[in-house]
Amino acid sequence: MTMTEFEAPHVATREPILQARNLVKTFGRVVGLDGVSLDLYPGEVLAIIGDNGAGKSTLIKCLTGAEVPDTGELFVSGQQVHFKRPQDARVHGIETVYQNLAVSPALDVASNLFLGREERRAGLLGSVFRMLDTKGMRTKAKDELTRLGISTLQDVTVPVENLSGGQRQAVAVARAAAFGSKVVVLDEPTAALGVRESNQVLQLVRDLRDRGLPVILISHNMPHVFDVADRIHIQRLGKCAATITPQSHNMTDAVAIMTGAATA
Amino acid sequence: MTQQQTAGPPSAGQADLAEEFLDRQTPLSRIRNILHRYPAVSPALVLLIAVVVFSLLNERFLRVENLSLITQQVSVVGTLAIAQTLIILTAGIDLSVGAVMILSSMVMAQLAVNNGVPAPLALLAGLVVGLAAGALNGFLVTRFRLPPFIVTLGTLNIFIALTLLYSNGATVRGSAMPPLLTWTGTTFPVGPVRISTGVVMMLLLYIAVAFILGKTAWGRHVYAVGDDKEAARLAGIPVNRVLMSVYLAAGAVLAVGAWIQIGRTNAASPNGGVDLNLDSITAVVIGGTSLFGGRGSVWGTLLGALIVGVFRNGLSLAGLDVLYQTLAVGVLIIVAVSVDQWIRKVKS
Repeated sequence: MTMTEFEAPHVATREPILQARNLVKTFGRVVGLDGVSLDLYPGEVLAIIGDNGAGKSTLIKCLTGAEVPDTGELFVSGQQVHFKRPQDARVHGIETVYQNLAVSPALDVASNLFLGREERRAGLLGSVFRMLDTKGMRTKAKDELTRLGISTLQDVTVPVENLSGGQRQAVAVARAAAFGSKVVVLDEPTAALGVRESNQVLQLVRDLRDRGLPVILISHNMPHVFDVADRIHIQRLGKCAATITPQSHNMTDAVAIMTGAATA
Repeated sequence: MTQQQTAGPPSAGQADLAEEFLDRQTPLSRIRNILHRYPAVSPALVLLIAVVVFSLLNERFLRVENLSLITQQVSVVGTLAIAQTLIILTAGIDLSVGAVMILSSMVMAQLAVNNGVPAPLALLAGLVVGLAAGALNGFLVTRFRLPPFIVTLGTLNIFIALTLLYSNGATVRGSAMPPLLTWTGTTFPVGPVRISTGVVMMLLLYIAVAFILGKTAWGRHVYAVGDDKEAARLAGIPVNRVLMSVYLAAGAVLAVGAWIQIGRTNAASPNGGVDLNLDSITAVVIGGTSLFGGRGSVWGTLLGALIVGVFRNGLSLAGLDVLYQTLAVGVLIIVAVSVDQWIRKVKS
């Protein structure tokens, strides 16, 4: 723990927004997480890397309520929390973009942005007839996309299935950014994207950080990780092998730690 | 800042290219995109063509009495098809709709006639039966994670057996029932046409369900759950609660269908309605709602129910044997599903 603080002195003075302590998660005989701890500080991009099966996805699923850890503790802004389902994490301001995107293909862009937290019309139409404020949500969706600098989505009434992979990713990221008040978690956001689209997503990550939102980024792509991350959490065999920074280590070191060829 | 400026023009250029590419579609794929966006267009066209053809084949087809008859013939299947649409939108299927409706109608009629229960309470009991049946289906689908096809195949047989046990196989005649139960069969003139109360009730249900599906959060969640269950769950939608509420809503609609059926046939019979399961699915499928869930509308279903009604009526007016009606409906189903598959191939 002190090690981390030494390496990142600019964050040491602040209280972590999200803290995980000794998370353990097993699937039958398979140990997914074997006592993992993690700190996320305000305004930083924390990358999580690791080989296949190292427990990256399980770790973020535990952080975002998609899985319930067997043991271990979670704290948001110093307060202990227990996430039983994704909504619990969202209530605490943690928004996640899952690897499989979690968008509904047949619904349009605006509906997807507001999926699960639709806004109703004012007055009796909303309270008695529970009528959706479709127009209002479309306007807000458009504003939010403009604010995030996502220029590829002009028409928010297009069904998501008609969009390209990068545009779908933009919808998913925009949803997380629009509603994530404390933390945005991105699971492999550039995995299916081309070079130009990847750069747009990375720029989006930097923009989020610059607005003060901490981001947890899971990625296989070392150049992307070293491009945007402030700190890098390396998972190996269900444990945190090391937490490094792009300044303290290079990509070769990171891969060596990931594969067990070296220690931090 | 400079980065964004340099990033601007190429992305705009790409967008133009993409639009150009979209404009270079063949006429066929443009039609496909329209059908994809407005799934009720194709059944509306089929209905229009069917009406034109049948009116040319027999001039009696377009007479008001005949059109009024078609609406009454459609009212029961049309109502069951609302329930079926709700369930198919969640990527399920309900084989028990007809059986639930018959059980509910038998409870309504028996309580009123044999047990002397006041008519409004008898109707309420029928509604409770519909809700309980929906709750059972929904419970088995959400808690035991059984496929809806298997669940409703099982409950179909259970409800048929319960109906026969409860009624001893006896039909209750409409003349013995209190007027409220057969009220749905009464007709009133609208201009030159006679409309039955049951048809009006069916139409009101369509309006209500169309509003709920199209304009409320619940409706949107029904589509999202049918579209991609896991995505809906991760987006924070309580999937099981939505599914359960869909089965309950379907049960309530089926109870209304039971009331309409009593008025339409002027009886409550334990043996009617065997074909109604498949007819309701036929109406939904012809109406452009996808069996894979998440796509379609109740208006399409109304058109689908009308298409089946028009085909049956028109073919018999044209002097063709009943077997040819069944044949035509079979062909319609296969064509409708093929069109659905073709529409779903839309890619950006």
